[in-house]
Amino acid sequence: MDVTLTVNGTPHVLEIDDPRVSLLDALRQRLDLTGTKKGCDHGQCGACTVIVNGRRINSCLTLAVMHEGDEITTIEGIGTPGDLAPLQQAFIRHDGFQCGYCTPGQIMSATAMLEELRQGWPSQVTGDLGSPALSDDEIRERMSGNLCRCSCYPNIVDAIREVAGKAAEGAA
Amino acid sequence: MKAFDYARAATPADAIGTDARIIAGGTNLLDLMKLQVETPARLIDINHVGLDGVERDGEGLRIGALVRNSDLAAHPAVRQDWPLLSRAILAGASPQLRNRATTGGNLMQRTRCYYFYDVDAPCNKRVPGSGCGAIGGVNRIHAILGASDHCIATYPGDMAVALSALDAVVEVEGPGGRREIAATDFHRLPGDRPDLDTELQPGEMILSVRLPAPLGGRQIYRKVRDRRSYAFALVSVAAVVTMRAGRMDRVRLAFGNVAHKPWRAPAAERMLTGQAPSPELFARAAEAVLEGARGQGHNDFKIPLLRRTLAAVLAEAVQETE
Repeated sequence: MDVTLTVNGTPHVLEIDDPRVSLLDALRQRLDLTGTKKGCDHGQCGACTVIVNGRRINSCLTLAVMHEGDEITTIEGIGTPGDLAPLQQAFIRHDGFQCGYCTPGQIMSATAMLEELRQGWPSQVTGDLGSPALSDDEIRERMSGNLCRCSCYPNIVDAIREVAGKAAEGAA
Repeated sequence: MKAFDYARAATPADAIGTDARIIAGGTNLLDLMKLQVETPARLIDINHVGLDGVERDGEGLRIGALVRNSDLAAHPAVRQDWPLLSRAILAGASPQLRNRATTGGNLMQRTRCYYFYDVDAPCNKRVPGSGCGAIGGVNRIHAILGASDHCIATYPGDMAVALSALDAVVEVEGPGGRREIAATDFHRLPGDRPDLDTELQPGEMILSVRLPAPLGGRQIYRKVRDRRSYAFALVSVAAVVTMRAGRMDRVRLAFGNVAHKPWRAPAAERMLTGQAPSPELFARAAEAVLEGARGQGHNDFKIPLLRRTLAAVLAEAVQETE
Protein backbone atom coordinates (compact mmCIF):
# COMPACT_ATOMS: atom_id res chain seq x y z
CA MET A 1 0.00 0.00 0.00
CA ASP A 2 1.34 3.43 -0.94
CA VAL A 3 1.00 6.09 1.72
CA THR A 4 1.66 9.78 1.14
CA LEU A 5 2.94 11.63 4.18
CA THR A 6 3.80 15.30 4.05
CA VAL A 7 6.61 15.64 6.54
CA ASN A 8 7.94 19.08 7.43
CA GLY A 9 6.35 20.40 4.26
CA THR A 10 7.78 17.78 1.89
CA PRO A 11 5.49 15.08 0.43
CA HIS A 12 6.86 11.53 0.58
CA VAL A 13 5.27 8.46 -1.00
CA LEU A 14 6.08 5.41 1.09
CA GLU A 15 5.43 1.87 -0.01
CA ILE A 16 4.22 0.15 3.13
CA ASP A 17 4.07 -3.61 2.54
CA ASP A 18 3.35 -4.53 6.14
CA PRO A 19 0.75 -2.44 7.96
CA ARG A 20 2.46 -3.10 11.28
CA VAL A 21 4.85 -0.18 10.67
CA SER A 22 4.18 2.54 13.22
CA LEU A 23 4.31 6.17 12.18
CA LEU A 24 7.37 6.46 14.43
CA ASP A 25 9.24 3.66 12.65
CA ALA A 26 8.28 5.06 9.24
CA LEU A 27 9.75 8.45 10.18
CA ARG A 28 12.93 7.03 11.67
CA GLN A 29 13.67 4.05 9.44
CA ARG A 30 12.15 4.98 6.11
CA LEU A 31 12.68 8.76 6.08
CA ASP A 32 15.82 8.79 8.26
CA LEU A 33 14.27 11.45 10.49
CA THR A 34 15.86 10.10 13.66
CA GLY A 35 15.22 13.20 15.76
CA THR A 36 11.94 11.64 16.87
CA LYS A 37 12.87 9.14 19.58
CA LYS A 38 11.55 5.74 20.55
CA GLY A 39 11.34 5.48 24.32
CA CYS A 40 8.73 3.12 25.71
CA ASP A 41 6.99 2.42 22.36
CA HIS A 42 3.69 2.27 24.31
CA GLY A 43 2.53 5.89 24.55
CA GLN A 44 3.68 6.33 28.10
CA CYS A 45 6.84 8.45 27.80
CA GLY A 46 6.16 11.01 25.05
CA ALA A 47 9.63 10.77 23.45
CA CYS A 48 7.99 10.02 20.09
CA THR A 49 5.68 13.07 20.11
CA VAL A 50 5.11 14.61 16.68
CA ILE A 51 2.49 17.06 15.41
CA VAL A 52 -0.02 15.59 12.95
CA ASN A 53 -2.47 17.98 11.28
CA GLY A 54 -1.75 20.48 14.04
CA ARG A 55 -2.17 18.05 16.96
CA ARG A 56 0.54 16.49 19.10
CA ILE A 57 0.26 12.70 19.24
CA ASN A 58 2.38 9.71 20.20
CA SER A 59 3.79 8.49 16.86
CA CYS A 60 4.49 5.05 18.39
CA LEU A 61 0.78 4.34 18.97
CA THR A 62 -0.43 4.88 15.46
CA LEU A 63 0.16 3.06 12.17
CA ALA A 64 1.81 4.78 9.22
CA VAL A 65 -0.97 3.52 6.95
CA MET A 66 -3.49 5.44 9.05
CA HIS A 67 -1.93 8.76 7.99
CA GLU A 68 -2.54 8.94 4.24
CA GLY A 69 -2.46 12.60 3.24
CA ASP A 70 -1.59 13.86 6.72
CA GLU A 71 0.71 16.80 7.46
CA ILE A 72 3.38 15.81 9.97
CA THR A 73 5.85 18.03 11.76
CA THR A 74 8.85 16.47 13.48
CA ILE A 75 11.65 18.06 15.47
CA GLU A 76 13.60 18.45 12.21
CA GLY A 77 10.84 20.80 11.03
CA ILE A 78 11.01 22.95 14.16
CA GLY A 79 14.59 24.21 14.00
CA THR A 80 18.06 23.41 12.74
CA PRO A 81 21.43 23.61 14.51
CA GLY A 82 22.02 26.97 12.85
CA ASP A 83 18.51 28.26 13.32
CA LEU A 84 17.03 27.02 16.58
CA ALA A 85 13.39 27.60 17.48
CA PRO A 86 12.73 29.82 20.53
CA LEU A 87 11.78 26.76 22.63
CA GLN A 88 15.02 25.01 21.66
CA GLN A 89 17.03 28.10 22.64
CA ALA A 90 15.14 28.33 25.91
CA PHE A 91 15.80 24.67 26.75
CA ILE A 92 19.54 25.35 26.30
CA ARG A 93 19.43 28.59 28.27
CA HIS A 94 17.55 26.97 31.17
CA ASP A 95 19.46 23.68 31.07
CA GLY A 96 16.22 21.81 30.36
CA PHE A 97 17.90 18.46 29.73
CA GLN A 98 20.80 16.25 30.67
CA CYS A 99 20.98 13.25 28.32
CA GLY A 100 18.67 14.91 25.79
CA TYR A 101 16.82 11.77 24.74
CA CYS A 102 13.38 13.04 25.72
CA THR A 103 14.08 16.58 24.46
CA PRO A 104 12.70 16.34 20.90
CA GLY A 105 9.45 15.00 22.33
CA GLN A 106 9.42 17.71 25.00
CA ILE A 107 9.93 20.43 22.37
CA MET A 108 7.25 19.03 20.05
CA SER A 109 4.84 18.63 22.94
CA ALA A 110 5.51 22.14 24.26
CA THR A 111 5.14 23.62 20.78
CA ALA A 112 1.67 22.12 20.38
CA MET A 113 0.78 22.80 24.01
CA LEU A 114 1.31 26.54 23.58
CA GLU A 115 -1.07 26.47 20.64
CA GLU A 116 -3.66 24.55 22.70
CA LEU A 117 -3.35 27.21 25.40
CA ARG A 118 -3.77 29.93 22.79
CA GLN A 119 -6.98 28.23 21.64
CA GLY A 120 -8.24 28.25 25.24
CA TRP A 121 -8.37 24.50 25.78
CA PRO A 122 -8.92 23.71 29.46
CA SER A 123 -6.90 21.20 31.46
CA GLN A 124 -7.75 19.37 34.66
CA VAL A 125 -6.14 22.19 36.69
CA THR A 126 -8.21 24.89 34.94
CA GLY A 127 -10.56 25.42 37.88
CA ASP A 128 -13.71 26.64 36.13
CA LEU A 129 -13.02 25.10 32.69
CA GLY A 130 -12.87 28.70 31.43
CA SER A 131 -10.00 30.33 29.63
CA PRO A 132 -6.82 28.97 31.16
CA ALA A 133 -4.16 31.38 32.36
CA LEU A 134 -0.54 30.39 31.98
CA SER A 135 0.78 29.11 35.29
CA ASP A 136 3.40 26.61 36.36
CA ASP A 137 0.59 24.26 37.38
CA GLU A 138 -0.89 24.46 33.88
CA ILE A 139 2.50 23.88 32.25
CA ARG A 140 3.22 20.87 34.47
CA GLU A 141 -0.20 19.35 33.88
CA ARG A 142 -0.10 19.93 30.13
CA MET A 143 3.38 18.43 29.85
CA SER A 144 2.49 15.35 31.91
CA GLY A 145 2.63 13.13 28.83
CA ASN A 146 6.39 13.69 28.51
CA LEU A 147 8.69 11.95 30.95
CA CYS A 148 12.29 12.96 31.65
CA ARG A 149 14.31 10.26 33.40
CA CYS A 150 17.02 12.85 34.15
CA SER A 151 14.24 14.73 35.95
CA CYS A 152 14.93 18.14 34.45
CA TYR A 153 11.32 19.10 35.08
CA PRO A 154 11.92 22.42 36.93
CA ASN A 155 14.16 23.68 34.13
CA ILE A 156 11.77 22.47 31.44
CA VAL A 157 8.98 24.43 33.13
CA ASP A 158 11.26 27.49 33.28
CA ALA A 159 12.06 27.23 29.57
CA ILE A 160 8.44 26.85 28.52
CA ARG A 161 7.27 29.63 30.83
CA GLU A 162 9.78 32.01 29.29
CA VAL A 163 8.73 31.27 25.72
CA ALA A 164 5.01 31.30 26.59
CA GLY A 165 5.44 34.62 28.39
CA LYS A 166 7.16 36.18 25.38
CA ALA A 167 4.44 34.86 23.08
CA ALA A 168 1.80 36.41 25.35
CA GLU A 169 3.64 39.77 25.33
CA GLY A 170 3.91 39.61 21.56
CA ALA A 171 0.18 38.99 21.24
CA ALA A 172 -0.74 41.79 23.65
CA MET B 1 2.85 -7.67 16.87
CA LYS B 2 1.09 -10.42 14.91
CA ALA B 3 0.54 -9.74 11.21
CA PHE B 4 -2.88 -8.50 10.17
CA ASP B 5 -4.70 -7.23 7.10
CA TYR B 6 -5.55 -3.54 7.03
CA ALA B 7 -8.42 -1.81 5.26
CA ARG B 8 -9.84 1.70 5.34
CA ALA B 9 -13.56 2.26 5.70
CA ALA B 10 -15.05 5.11 3.68
CA THR B 11 -18.43 4.96 5.40
CA PRO B 12 -19.74 3.39 8.63
CA ALA B 13 -21.42 0.71 6.49
CA ASP B 14 -17.96 -0.55 5.47
CA ALA B 15 -17.20 -1.38 9.10
CA ILE B 16 -20.60 -2.62 10.28
CA GLY B 17 -21.22 -6.34 10.07
CA THR B 18 -17.64 -7.31 9.30
CA ASP B 19 -15.48 -9.62 11.37
CA ALA B 20 -12.61 -7.10 11.24
CA ARG B 21 -11.57 -5.35 14.40
CA ILE B 22 -12.42 -1.65 14.26
CA ILE B 23 -9.53 0.76 14.86
CA ALA B 24 -10.11 4.45 15.57
CA GLY B 25 -7.49 6.27 17.67
CA GLY B 26 -5.79 2.96 18.35
CA THR B 27 -4.22 4.14 21.59
CA ASN B 28 -5.34 1.08 23.55
CA LEU B 29 -5.66 -1.47 20.74
CA LEU B 30 -2.19 -0.95 19.26
CA ASP B 31 -0.63 -0.97 22.72
CA LEU B 32 -2.21 -4.38 23.35
CA MET B 33 -1.35 -5.65 19.84
CA LYS B 34 2.33 -4.86 20.39
CA LEU B 35 2.24 -7.13 23.42
CA GLN B 36 0.24 -9.77 21.52
CA VAL B 37 -2.51 -9.50 24.10
CA GLU B 38 -4.73 -8.58 21.15
CA THR B 39 -4.10 -10.45 17.89
CA PRO B 40 -6.77 -9.41 15.37
CA ALA B 41 -6.44 -10.95 11.91
CA ARG B 42 -8.00 -7.90 10.24
CA LEU B 43 -8.24 -4.23 11.13
CA ILE B 44 -10.68 -1.78 9.62
CA ASP B 45 -9.74 1.88 10.04
CA ILE B 46 -12.77 4.11 10.65
CA ASN B 47 -10.89 7.41 10.97
CA HIS B 48 -12.33 8.68 7.69
CA VAL B 49 -16.00 7.72 7.98
CA GLY B 50 -17.19 11.06 9.39
CA LEU B 51 -19.11 10.77 12.70
CA ASP B 52 -16.75 13.46 14.01
CA GLY B 53 -19.20 16.22 14.87
CA VAL B 54 -20.88 17.44 18.05
CA GLU B 55 -24.41 18.69 17.45
CA ARG B 56 -27.42 19.86 19.41
CA ASP B 57 -30.09 17.19 19.89
CA GLY B 58 -33.12 18.94 21.36
CA GLU B 59 -31.97 20.02 24.81
CA GLY B 60 -29.20 17.47 24.64
CA LEU B 61 -26.11 16.82 22.59
CA ARG B 62 -25.14 14.14 20.09
CA ILE B 63 -21.44 13.33 20.02
CA GLY B 64 -20.07 11.45 17.03
CA ALA B 65 -18.09 8.30 17.77
CA LEU B 66 -14.99 9.76 16.10
CA VAL B 67 -14.92 13.02 18.10
CA ARG B 68 -11.50 13.15 19.73
CA ASN B 69 -11.33 13.32 23.51
CA SER B 70 -9.53 16.70 23.35
CA ASP B 71 -12.20 18.25 21.18
CA LEU B 72 -15.00 16.93 23.35
CA ALA B 73 -13.44 18.16 26.58
CA ALA B 74 -12.84 21.62 25.07
CA HIS B 75 -16.25 21.89 23.36
CA PRO B 76 -17.98 25.08 24.60
CA ALA B 77 -21.35 23.39 25.10
CA VAL B 78 -19.84 20.53 27.07
CA ARG B 79 -17.82 22.89 29.27
CA GLN B 80 -20.91 24.99 29.89
CA ASP B 81 -23.67 22.43 30.35
CA TRP B 82 -22.04 19.04 31.03
CA PRO B 83 -18.85 20.10 32.86
CA LEU B 84 -18.66 16.69 34.53
CA LEU B 85 -17.81 15.19 31.15
CA SER B 86 -15.06 17.72 30.40
CA ARG B 87 -13.55 17.19 33.83
CA ALA B 88 -13.60 13.41 33.58
CA ILE B 89 -11.97 13.40 30.14
CA LEU B 90 -9.31 15.88 31.23
CA ALA B 91 -8.52 13.70 34.25
CA GLY B 92 -7.59 10.82 31.97
CA ALA B 93 -4.50 9.87 29.95
CA SER B 94 -2.14 12.53 28.54
CA PRO B 95 -2.73 15.39 26.09
CA GLN B 96 -1.11 13.39 23.27
CA LEU B 97 -3.41 10.42 23.90
CA ARG B 98 -6.52 12.60 24.24
CA ASN B 99 -5.69 14.19 20.87
CA ARG B 100 -5.90 10.78 19.24
CA ALA B 101 -8.41 8.84 21.36
CA THR B 102 -12.04 8.97 20.25
CA THR B 103 -15.38 8.93 22.03
CA GLY B 104 -16.28 5.46 20.76
CA GLY B 105 -12.78 4.10 21.20
CA ASN B 106 -12.58 5.37 24.76
CA LEU B 107 -15.70 3.33 25.55
CA MET B 108 -14.14 0.30 23.84
CA GLN B 109 -10.83 0.40 25.73
CA ARG B 110 -10.35 -2.92 27.46
CA THR B 111 -11.30 -3.51 31.06
CA ARG B 112 -7.97 -4.79 32.26
CA CYS B 113 -5.30 -5.40 34.86
CA TYR B 114 -1.60 -6.21 34.78
CA TYR B 115 -2.23 -9.96 34.55
CA PHE B 116 -4.23 -9.29 31.38
CA TYR B 117 -1.12 -7.58 29.96
CA ASP B 118 1.23 -10.40 30.99
CA VAL B 119 0.83 -13.10 28.32
CA ASP B 120 2.73 -15.57 30.53
CA ALA B 121 0.21 -15.24 33.37
CA PRO B 122 -3.19 -16.90 33.59
CA CYS B 123 -6.08 -14.57 32.76
CA ASN B 124 -9.68 -15.56 32.10
CA LYS B 125 -10.24 -12.34 30.21
CA ARG B 126 -7.35 -12.94 27.78
CA VAL B 127 -7.58 -16.74 27.62
CA PRO B 128 -10.99 -17.95 28.90
CA GLY B 129 -10.61 -20.83 31.32
CA SER B 130 -6.92 -20.19 32.09
CA GLY B 131 -7.60 -18.85 35.59
CA CYS B 132 -7.07 -15.51 37.31
CA GLY B 133 -3.63 -14.45 38.47
CA ALA B 134 -4.98 -11.48 40.38
CA ILE B 135 -7.16 -13.45 42.81
CA GLY B 136 -4.69 -14.33 45.53
CA GLY B 137 -2.00 -12.44 43.63
CA VAL B 138 -1.02 -8.79 43.50
CA ASN B 139 -4.35 -6.97 43.45
CA ARG B 140 -3.94 -3.41 44.71
CA ILE B 141 -5.76 -1.88 41.70
CA HIS B 142 -8.57 -4.39 41.50
CA ALA B 143 -12.33 -4.41 41.97
CA ILE B 144 -14.17 -4.16 45.28
CA LEU B 145 -17.65 -4.29 43.73
CA GLY B 146 -19.32 -6.67 41.30
CA ALA B 147 -16.30 -8.95 40.82
CA SER B 148 -16.58 -12.68 40.19
CA ASP B 149 -14.47 -15.75 40.88
CA HIS B 150 -13.32 -15.46 37.27
CA CYS B 151 -12.15 -11.85 37.10
CA ILE B 152 -11.51 -8.91 39.42
CA ALA B 153 -10.23 -6.42 36.82
CA THR B 154 -11.50 -2.83 36.79
CA TYR B 155 -12.67 -0.64 33.95
CA PRO B 156 -9.97 2.04 34.00
CA GLY B 157 -11.55 4.87 32.01
CA ASP B 158 -12.84 8.20 33.29
CA MET B 159 -15.08 9.43 30.46
CA ALA B 160 -17.51 6.52 30.77
CA VAL B 161 -17.93 7.15 34.51
CA ALA B 162 -19.17 10.66 33.73
CA LEU B 163 -21.39 9.36 30.90
CA SER B 164 -22.98 6.92 33.34
CA ALA B 165 -23.71 9.66 35.87
CA LEU B 166 -25.10 11.92 33.12
CA ASP B 167 -27.54 9.23 31.87
CA ALA B 168 -25.94 9.24 28.43
CA VAL B 169 -27.05 6.81 25.75
CA VAL B 170 -24.76 4.94 23.32
CA GLU B 171 -26.16 4.63 19.79
CA VAL B 172 -24.89 1.57 17.93
CA GLU B 173 -25.58 -0.04 14.60
CA GLY B 174 -25.19 -3.67 13.57
CA PRO B 175 -26.27 -5.83 10.65
CA GLY B 176 -29.73 -6.02 12.26
CA GLY B 177 -30.15 -2.26 12.53
CA ARG B 178 -29.66 0.49 15.10
CA ARG B 179 -30.23 0.29 18.82
CA GLU B 180 -29.53 2.30 21.94
CA ILE B 181 -27.74 1.17 25.08
CA ALA B 182 -27.72 3.25 28.28
CA ALA B 183 -24.14 4.25 29.06
CA THR B 184 -24.58 2.69 32.51
CA ASP B 185 -25.41 -0.65 30.90
CA PHE B 186 -22.83 -0.50 28.11
CA HIS B 187 -20.08 -2.20 30.12
CA ARG B 188 -20.64 -5.62 31.70
CA LEU B 189 -19.84 -7.25 34.99
CA PRO B 190 -17.41 -10.17 34.54
CA GLY B 191 -19.55 -13.07 35.71
CA ASP B 192 -18.29 -16.22 33.99
CA ARG B 193 -17.51 -14.36 30.73
CA PRO B 194 -14.84 -11.79 31.63
CA ASP B 195 -13.64 -11.93 28.02
CA LEU B 196 -16.68 -9.77 27.20
CA ASP B 197 -16.21 -6.17 28.37
CA THR B 198 -19.29 -4.59 26.82
CA GLU B 199 -22.76 -5.31 25.48
CA LEU B 200 -21.66 -4.43 21.94
CA GLN B 201 -22.33 -7.47 19.76
CA PRO B 202 -20.07 -8.80 16.99
CA GLY B 203 -20.54 -6.72 13.85
CA GLU B 204 -21.91 -3.72 15.75
CA MET B 205 -20.27 -0.31 15.77
CA ILE B 206 -20.76 2.74 17.97
CA LEU B 207 -22.17 5.66 15.96
CA SER B 208 -22.61 8.29 18.63
CA VAL B 209 -23.18 9.09 22.27
CA ARG B 210 -26.20 11.15 23.23
CA LEU B 211 -26.35 13.36 26.28
CA PRO B 212 -29.80 14.20 27.63
CA ALA B 213 -30.75 17.71 28.77
CA PRO B 214 -28.28 19.33 31.15
CA LEU B 215 -28.79 18.51 34.83
CA GLY B 216 -27.28 21.74 36.14
CA GLY B 217 -26.10 21.88 39.71
CA ARG B 218 -22.60 21.30 40.88
CA GLN B 219 -20.71 18.68 38.88
CA ILE B 220 -17.57 17.18 40.38
CA TYR B 221 -15.17 14.52 39.12
CA ARG B 222 -12.71 13.57 41.87
CA LYS B 223 -9.98 11.14 40.88
CA VAL B 224 -7.75 9.69 43.58
CA ARG B 225 -4.56 8.12 42.27
CA ASP B 226 -0.89 7.50 42.94
CA ARG B 227 0.29 10.63 41.09
CA ARG B 228 -1.43 13.87 40.16
CA SER B 229 -1.58 13.37 36.42
CA TYR B 230 -1.45 10.66 33.77
CA ALA B 231 -2.34 7.72 36.01
CA PHE B 232 -5.39 5.52 36.40
CA ALA B 233 -7.64 6.13 39.37
CA LEU B 234 -7.62 3.99 42.47
CA VAL B 235 -11.11 5.36 43.14
CA SER B 236 -12.91 8.09 41.23
CA VAL B 237 -16.24 9.72 42.05
CA ALA B 238 -18.49 11.47 39.52
CA ALA B 239 -21.21 13.49 41.20
CA VAL B 240 -23.98 15.81 40.06
CA VAL B 241 -25.99 17.47 42.82
CA THR B 242 -28.62 20.15 42.49
CA MET B 243 -30.04 21.87 45.56
CA ARG B 244 -33.51 23.22 46.30
CA ALA B 245 -34.39 25.01 49.55
CA GLY B 246 -31.46 23.50 51.40
CA ARG B 247 -32.17 19.95 50.27
CA MET B 248 -30.53 17.82 47.65
CA ASP B 249 -32.88 17.76 44.68
CA ARG B 250 -31.20 15.79 41.92
CA VAL B 251 -28.33 13.46 42.74
CA ARG B 252 -26.28 11.37 40.30
CA LEU B 253 -23.35 9.27 41.51
CA ALA B 254 -20.99 7.01 39.58
CA PHE B 255 -17.68 5.49 40.62
CA GLY B 256 -14.62 4.57 38.60
CA ASN B 257 -11.94 1.88 39.07
CA VAL B 258 -13.89 -0.02 41.69
CA ALA B 259 -15.58 -2.55 39.38
CA HIS B 260 -15.48 -4.19 35.95
CA LYS B 261 -17.64 -1.26 34.74
CA PRO B 262 -18.46 2.30 35.78
CA TRP B 263 -20.43 1.77 38.99
CA ARG B 264 -23.65 3.76 39.22
CA ALA B 265 -25.20 3.95 42.69
CA PRO B 266 -29.01 4.33 42.44
CA ALA B 267 -29.72 3.29 46.04
CA ALA B 268 -27.40 5.98 47.39
CA GLU B 269 -28.90 8.53 45.00
CA ARG B 270 -32.41 7.75 46.30
CA MET B 271 -31.21 7.95 49.89
CA LEU B 272 -29.81 11.46 49.34
CA THR B 273 -32.58 12.88 47.15
CA GLY B 274 -34.91 15.27 48.97
CA GLN B 275 -32.78 15.26 52.11
CA ALA B 276 -30.83 17.99 53.85
CA PRO B 277 -27.12 17.24 53.63
CA SER B 278 -25.28 16.01 56.71
CA PRO B 279 -22.09 14.05 57.34
CA GLU B 280 -24.16 11.22 58.87
CA LEU B 281 -26.31 10.98 55.75
CA PHE B 282 -23.23 11.00 53.50
CA ALA B 283 -21.79 8.14 55.57
CA ARG B 284 -25.00 6.13 55.17
CA ALA B 285 -24.99 6.82 51.42
CA ALA B 286 -21.43 5.49 51.23
CA GLU B 287 -22.53 2.31 53.00
CA ALA B 288 -25.31 1.95 50.42
CA VAL B 289 -22.76 2.25 47.61
CA LEU B 290 -20.53 -0.28 49.32
CA GLU B 291 -23.20 -2.90 49.95
CA GLY B 292 -21.61 -6.21 49.04
CA ALA B 293 -18.15 -4.66 48.65
CA ARG B 294 -15.29 -7.07 49.17
CA GLY B 295 -11.56 -6.42 49.20
CA GLN B 296 -9.04 -8.84 47.73
CA GLY B 297 -6.27 -8.08 50.22
CA HIS B 298 -4.06 -5.44 48.67
CA ASN B 299 -7.03 -3.38 47.54
CA ASP B 300 -8.88 -3.42 50.88
CA PHE B 301 -7.96 0.26 51.26
CA LYS B 302 -10.32 1.14 48.40
CA ILE B 303 -13.34 0.58 50.66
CA PRO B 304 -12.51 3.37 53.16
CA LEU B 305 -11.05 5.41 50.30
CA LEU B 306 -14.39 5.35 48.47
CA ARG B 307 -16.23 6.23 51.68
CA ARG B 308 -14.01 9.24 52.37
CA THR B 309 -13.83 10.44 48.76
CA LEU B 310 -17.61 10.34 48.43
CA ALA B 311 -18.04 12.27 51.70
CA ALA B 312 -15.58 14.94 50.52
CA VAL B 313 -17.20 15.24 47.10
CA LEU B 314 -20.72 15.51 48.53
CA ALA B 315 -19.64 18.10 51.09
CA GLU B 316 -18.16 20.20 48.30
CA ALA B 317 -21.14 19.69 46.02
CA VAL B 318 -23.77 20.86 48.50
CA GLN B 319 -21.67 23.72 49.83
CA GLU B 320 -21.26 25.33 46.44
CA THR B 321 -24.82 24.96 45.25
CA GLU B 322 -26.58 26.28 48.34
